[in-house]
Amino acid sequence: MPHISVRDLTVAYDGHAILSDVTMDIPDRQITAIVGPSGCGKTTFLRCMNRLIDMTDGARVRGEVLIDGANILAPDADVISLRKKMGLLSQKPQPLPMSIYDNVAYGPRLHGTRNKRQLDAIVERYLKLSSLWGEVRERLHAPAARLSVGQQQRLCLARGLAVEPEVLLCDEPCASLDPTSAQHIEKRFVELKQDYTIVLVTHILRQARRLADYIVFFYMGELVEHGPAEQLLNDPRDERTKAYLSGTIS
Amino acid sequence: MKWRLLEEKVFRALMILCLGAVIAGLALIVAVITAKGARSLSWEMLTQVPKGGYYLGKSGGILNAIVGSLALAFGATALACVFAFPVCLYLQRDYAGRSRLASFVRTSLDLLWGVPSIVYGAFGFTVLLYMGMRASLLGGIIALALVELPIMARAMEEAVRMVPQALKEASYAMGGTHWETMRKVVLRQALPGILTAILLAFGRGIGDAASVLFTAGYTDNLPRSLLDPVASLPLAVFFQLGTPFPEVQSRAHACAFILLVIVLVVSVLSRLLGSRVSKYSLR
Ligand SMILES: Nc1ncnc2c1ncn2[C@@H]1O[C@H](COP(=O)(O)OP(=O)(O)OP(=O)(O)O)[C@@H](O)[C@H]1O
Ligand SMILES: [Mg+2]
Repeated sequence: MPHISVRDLTVAYDGHAILSDVTMDIPDRQITAIVGPSGCGKTTFLRCMNRLIDMTDGARVRGEVLIDGANILAPDADVISLRKKMGLLSQKPQPLPMSIYDNVAYGPRLHGTRNKRQLDAIVERYLKLSSLWGEVRERLHAPAARLSVGQQQRLCLARGLAVEPEVLLCDEPCASLDPTSAQHIEKRFVELKQDYTIVLVTHILRQARRLADYIVFFYMGELVEHGPAEQLLNDPRDERTKAYLSGTIS
Repeated sequence: MKWRLLEEKVFRALMILCLGAVIAGLALIVAVITAKGARSLSWEMLTQVPKGGYYLGKSGGILNAIVGSLALAFGATALACVFAFPVCLYLQRDYAGRSRLASFVRTSLDLLWGVPSIVYGAFGFTVLLYMGMRASLLGGIIALALVELPIMARAMEEAVRMVPQALKEASYAMGGTHWETMRKVVLRQALPGILTAILLAFGRGIGDAASVLFTAGYTDNLPRSLLDPVASLPLAVFFQLGTPFPEVQSRAHACAFILLVIVLVVSVLSRLLGSRVSKYSLR
């Protein structure tokens, strides 16, 4: 299990800072919830962790994200194996233009699994894990785009897990889901934290309360407060955290 | 409220009017060509090469031009693909998209698009002379490929650019390289658009007369090798329309009709292919 620590992480778009001097450690094998008002830099923070931020025009990143001591932001870091290690579940499910089966098999194939029987087993295993198997077992070769949005999000979870990451980065994974699908996903997270370190961006304070072991509060690009969920929710130190928790700022 | 409804109606009517004009224009062209060419259209015309005195109204057909045009257009489209495809991929933002080089290439392609095809013909002819070759199928293919390249590359680029960034990022996030993402995700999603681009270029290529005038030449024989001169349908139309004999002029219209049918068939086939391959694409 890799250990993630962030040191003086600063991100600027076109000259103005979006994240400034974020320093913290992310606890292993726990769910860390990142909360904060819209536009405070949560997605940006997540995108630094798997270097998707590289794809954004005009973004400049300083500081370090250390995974087991190695700085992944270094120009010579191995981005491919980093991204294999850090699974991503994005805000809006984005199925690939292929069948359900091929979506789940996409990652394993990239990383060298060719054997048909092995792939079959992987697809079944991860579709079960994301509780989608029952709904799609009859039509594994149908286009993934025909699934409902909630099913697509679970497919994306299966797809991400099939790569066998060690960390899960989740950007408001329930934002476009109905309550039942959201519950499905939440239940999975609780099970998954046995084996994975999960970083969960969420807008929903109640969700953070339900799931998080550790909470990080961002406000206007600044890391205001972080700590164990109990402590941060019941006894916040900073005025801004208090205001956010009581709903005065959002 | 009244005013808004009126506005709605007026603009709707305008749109329908324009659509009607376009369809009417097309229908008129087809009707004229068919009416004028129908009486010369025969099985003989499709299956025989011109015999002596064909251009004076004697018997024979224009198989030479049909075969020539197909060879020219398919050859040129294939050749243009070989160059347009890598160019359009490289112009994506994941590769060169943000660089000066990319915008330079785009501007150049736009410029080339606007160059009249006779200029490509003249250019191709100069090159042929320089290389000591005569007008030939190969020369025609090269000149036509130059005509097709800018259209194809730009249309392909447009198709590939329409692929959402989030889709590519989904692949990158799983550890895909640029190339794997291009090949497995972007191309799949853009394939219908890419086919359309190829079709567009083919249509432009098979109908072009000026670029093959000097480079492919014209002959009554079927081509035996890449280095033989070939006939083409647009030139067949051109030559036959230029004669003073009504029967021969009518054959020109029949040639135009054949050209139209070829384009239609190719476009229907590629539509079918397109709908097959777009089964998995996201909309
Ligand atoms: N490509 C970009 N170029 C310039 N500014 C950007 C870009 N992407 C994001 N930003 C800005 O960076 C800030 C942080 O954005 P980010 O997406 O990280 O917010 P967020 O906390 O995830 O918000 P939300 O909860 O609404 O998703 C915002 O002010 C946004 O406008
Ligand atoms: Mg966000």
